[in-house]
Amino acid sequence: MKDIKPQAKGGLNGEIQARIGHQLRAMYDDVVRQGVPDRFVELIRKLDVPPNSPTEEEPGTGNPAISQDGRV
Amino acid sequence: MPLTDPLRDDILAAVPSLRAFAISLSGNGDRADDLVQETLLRALANIDSFQPGSNLPAWLFTILRNLFRSDYRKRRREVEDADGNYAKTLKTQPAQGGHLEFEEFRAALDKLPQDQREALILVGASGFSYEDAAAICGCAVGTIKSRVNRARTKLSALLYVDGAEDFGPDQTVRAVIGGGG
Repeated sequence: MKDIKPQAKGGLNGEIQARIGHQLRAMYDDVVRQGVPDRFVELIRKLDVPPNSPTEEEPGTGNPAISQDGRV
Repeated sequence: MPLTDPLRDDILAAVPSLRAFAISLSGNGDRADDLVQETLLRALANIDSFQPGSNLPAWLFTILRNLFRSDYRKRRREVEDADGNYAKTLKTQPAQGGHLEFEEFRAALDKLPQDQREALILVGASGFSYEDAAAICGCAVGTIKSRVNRARTKLSALLYVDGAEDFGPDQTVRAVIGGGG
């Protein structure tokens, strides 16, 4: 198995690699911790009612999920 | 298949990682969020092609990665985050390492070839297996491994080219990594 061996050239290289890994994850996780911005929650929620789904074209069929959208 | 509630929740749950991936790739917070939005729209429009039970994050990452490569990559060169947009998105920079060190790392990451950068992020930060990363990037597992290795080597050279002595101010991390050996 000649897999990745950062330490092969001695502890220093391994130390640097560990440090790079640490920095990379710190940068990444910092964004992950911000969670889901509202714009994406909204986006998914809006798209939850597919625009191409109206099987009945009559307005006022009493589907609150649709009329809530302001679509009459 | 329809967009079921659990599926919608799973997609939303993947958003934080998608944003982190997008920001790591593009180096720009605003553009990254546009990229994520486009990814979600694309995913929802093509939800039929998602195989239930397969790896949803990997599927979404693939869409985002392809979008980035087809479009955002070109634009990226036009404005290299001159206004520090990226730093703005980072509200909780780890205080210890200092902001300068972080900026240096970010700059070094940006100097990597695109192939190497994305491979390193997918494996080293997103936590994908080499196999998943290979599927996302549409290449062989061995190719991903070699890209990750080259990325690490190049980052070492860029960040620590002068060797061990000048290791920056962060002795704490060094001590921790040293593990008392």
